[in-house]
Amino acid sequence: MAEKQSNLLRDIFQRPDDQLLNEWIAIINSGGNAQENIIREADLRSQCKELITLIGSAMAHNAVDIRSNDFVPVLDYLGEISRARALKGATPTQTAMFVYSLKRPIFDRLRNEVGKEAGKLADESWAATLLIDAMGLYIAEVFQKAREEVIIRQQEEMLELSTPVVKLWEGVLALPMIGTLDSARTQVVMQTLLQRIVETGAEIAIIDITGVPTVDTLVAQHLIKTVTAARLMGADCIISGIRPQIAQTIVHLGVDLADVTTKANLSDAFTVALRRTGYSVHKNSANKPA
Amino acid sequence: MEKIPILRMGRFLLVTIQVDLHDRLAMQLQEDLTNAITKYNARGVLIDISSLEMVDSFIGRMLANIAGMSRILDAQTVVVGMQPAVAITLVELGMSLPGVRMALNVERGMQLLQQSLASSEGALLDENHQ
Repeated sequence: MAEKQSNLLRDIFQRPDDQLLNEWIAIINSGGNAQENIIREADLRSQCKELITLIGSAMAHNAVDIRSNDFVPVLDYLGEISRARALKGATPTQTAMFVYSLKRPIFDRLRNEVGKEAGKLADESWAATLLIDAMGLYIAEVFQKAREEVIIRQQEEMLELSTPVVKLWEGVLALPMIGTLDSARTQVVMQTLLQRIVETGAEIAIIDITGVPTVDTLVAQHLIKTVTAARLMGADCIISGIRPQIAQTIVHLGVDLADVTTKANLSDAFTVALRRTGYSVHKNSANKPA
Repeated sequence: MEKIPILRMGRFLLVTIQVDLHDRLAMQLQEDLTNAITKYNARGVLIDISSLEMVDSFIGRMLANIAGMSRILDAQTVVVGMQPAVAITLVELGMSLPGVRMALNVERGMQLLQQSLASSEGALLDENHQ
């Protein structure tokens, strides 16, 4: 009985004509989740065809369990399709519907073949449902994983992008911070800053927090840690770019920034830094236009 | 028993820590340094920790202690050449060494000591002048 059951399903997949393929594609395209903006018709067709062939050969040894070795090529191919869709920005529904659209044509065929025998139809339908559901779940899982990989990669890129240490002058470094500060970022910021202090022999580092949207106790604590670490290395820190709201928040929170030089904007901080390193800037009056 | 050498440079003392600073060595250094300050009548102590790669809270406290003791004996302490990793560790341990002056390298440290010596002696001269 079990063998007979999978034979029928297998025969459906192994039939040489393209009827199953055509119906499948028609359902995918009519499902209200049109995929043409995600994938071209020709590509979709070749993907579906390849998948049907793979499933057919996977079932050649009467395998119906998706976890068996016979199904490895099918899963690999599904994974590939899913990953490609995730990167192209398809929705999870669109991706899952790609597989679930196969149900209708299969069920139609089962009904035509064994529709007269209710018991058998139920058995066959159950087998087909198991197979397609398992494939659908797998494709959704890979989709999710691919999206998470994208997110993780973006986070890493942001972390690198958002911590530049620039040299403003001989012995003066600036660290323009952008975005929310959390522990992981502070750690990176601290390390890059200290490393640059060693490399350049800078005496003064200006931490500009114009791009930091909010300051809470945690962020303030991170800032103080960075300043202290720089001081331990023998460099002074100036915090600049403190907006009025942030100044209010810092005082309301009771954060003690008394030991740190703070300036309202970067240019004030830079002037202080120049003065401390012994430079001064003059307007060259000789060059004034006559 | 290994010992950390204390070098005399004019009115300053130079201590370069080039071995792993374990606890007994640290205590020994504290002892030797305070003796040396009184013996040579030193006005400044420069501690180079650029080869120090690991610290714990004990070493951190010891640095603070040395600075405190030197100040009582009228000598300024400057710690120079702290590695980034060491600085981060000390901050994470909650030790900001508030009483200790820091400099990036020996040259800067010497400048700091000379400046503070010059200013304190200048003040002394001013008082005598008046």
